[in-house]
Amino acid sequence: MKLLNALGMSGGYGGVDIVMGCSIEVDRGEISAIVGPNGAGKSTAMKAILGLVKLRQGEVLLDGENITSLSPELRVSRGIAFVPQTENVFPSLTVEENLEMGAYLRRTGVDESKEQVYALFPILKDKRRQDAGELSGGQRQQLAVARALMTEPTLLMLDEPTAGVAPIVVNELFDQILHIKETGIGIIMVEQNARQALEIADFGYVMVNGENRYTDTGKSLLADAEVRRTFIGG
Amino acid sequence: MFFGVDVLNAMLWLFNFLILPAITYGSTLALGALGVTLVFGVLRFANFAHGDMMAFGAMVSLIGVELLNGIGIFTYPVPLGLLLLPVAMVSTGLLAIMIDRTVFRYYRRIRSPPVVVVMASIGVMFVLNGLTRLIKGPELSLFNARQTFSVGEVNTAALAEQLGEQAVRIRTDFATNTELIEVSEPEVVFFYVSEFRKATGLSEGFGLDLLQVVTVVLALVIFLGLFLFLSRTRMGKAMRAYSDNEDLARLSGIDPQRVVAITWLIAGSLAAVAGTIYGLDKGYKPFTYFSMLLPIFAATIVGGIGNPQGAIVGGYLVAFTEVIVTANYKKVANYILPDGLDIAGNLQLLGTEYKFSVSFLILVVVLLFRPTGIFKGRVL
Repeated sequence: MKLLNALGMSGGYGGVDIVMGCSIEVDRGEISAIVGPNGAGKSTAMKAILGLVKLRQGEVLLDGENITSLSPELRVSRGIAFVPQTENVFPSLTVEENLEMGAYLRRTGVDESKEQVYALFPILKDKRRQDAGELSGGQRQQLAVARALMTEPTLLMLDEPTAGVAPIVVNELFDQILHIKETGIGIIMVEQNARQALEIADFGYVMVNGENRYTDTGKSLLADAEVRRTFIGG
Repeated sequence: MFFGVDVLNAMLWLFNFLILPAITYGSTLALGALGVTLVFGVLRFANFAHGDMMAFGAMVSLIGVELLNGIGIFTYPVPLGLLLLPVAMVSTGLLAIMIDRTVFRYYRRIRSPPVVVVMASIGVMFVLNGLTRLIKGPELSLFNARQTFSVGEVNTAALAEQLGEQAVRIRTDFATNTELIEVSEPEVVFFYVSEFRKATGLSEGFGLDLLQVVTVVLALVIFLGLFLFLSRTRMGKAMRAYSDNEDLARLSGIDPQRVVAITWLIAGSLAAVAGTIYGLDKGYKPFTYFSMLLPIFAATIVGGIGNPQGAIVGGYLVAFTEVIVTANYKKVANYILPDGLDIAGNLQLLGTEYKFSVSFLILVVVLLFRPTGIFKGRVL
């Protein structure tokens, strides 16, 4: 049994299924990347794992325990952290306060977590007294990931972490995601930047029309001529 | 001589009739605007019932004062209404939470657009309006109204010692041919205008009483306390976070129910303080609080709605503008202008009966030229 098994998920908004029988899995210390064309239901699949989208069919197991009926808040307290694509920081709070809000449910060890997060994202330490709304795109994404890490998650879900980030910063951000993986956290990430995402991913899921089209290790998917031609371009 | 008697007189007049009233009125507006802005920041709607929450808070203090005075308890020199503030704050805060549970929570659950919630708050306003009039009536009541006791009911000598000989009078009621004791609690005044005049020989006086000082000091203490709460405490930060991004706050484990309840508790308490200090000074009249809604909204929007610093600055800005525009400068002009150039009529930009138009004007100007307010608030 893996850390997360989302099996045969079907569901969507207002009676229309956006994901159809989609399955996603990830284990501790692994990265699963979900790639695919626009409108394939990548983000929806991730939101379904968090409980933001109601499932009509399928189940979500965290550490073997069925959490399908739990609210997003309860799933967060069970160790799932989610970084939305946009509006993922508190703009009028300082960087440090953003981190404190990430640790809202914890009474102890907040300072240690803060130091760990600052070690991973040194720029945030320099800017800790600044309002999050004043950060650049890349810094804001780093803060968003850092806030999520403050919840001490076992599973981290990133919705397009590199969207709106300057190309030179993208590499740095992927490096940092690899560092997070090495601490034993399971990571699921939705990415437009398919090639780079699959390069660092242990597993890749190519989604089309709400279904898994290809599922394999990141390397195999990159090596697959059909996948490259259709979804990665070259 | 530049610093002549005339200039001194003019300055005294400005202080007594312009600066002091504007500061005290501004404190009330700022406290009111803080409540409106907090509710807006967290719940995303402009609460029209805030003025009547102020009336409710003032009414609670007033009823407490009447009950205690009625059994012969006076707390001179401290105004009893101030001592009862905690009671008024807690009851108004709880009332606000109760209203939220019965009315606003429903609209949150069905995710109504803000304008629907605003309309609901207007409904709440009318209900509260009726409630205060049912309980205390619509007419003006003073916090230091004269109390009448029959002989033996109170310790006359003790009261005379506490309140002064003039405060306690014995009167014969000829209808029943009984003696009655009348007690009127005096106000605490630091400087009497007449005494100041006599002492200095100036024709303008300087007057300052306890309530004016208390109003300003209390407002400053509350501003400071609120800012420390919002910037230093876990709950305060959670409130700001919730105001910034509700979804992310939920994902961080912040309990929305608690944030909302605490917000109403604070907004209700602020309303009670604003209502009571205004009532202590000018007397309690429910309609006054209702009509204060406009300047309070103007203050909130001028400062930048959802921004607490803005609400405070906005409160004093609206108060000063209103007082400056409606003041009658005839006396100042006559002190300063050379003799022979006296002004006989009024020297006033706007009659006091039009004072509310000042708030309207400020609102229109701000919404036209800087819809986010002086400080960056949200756009309505």
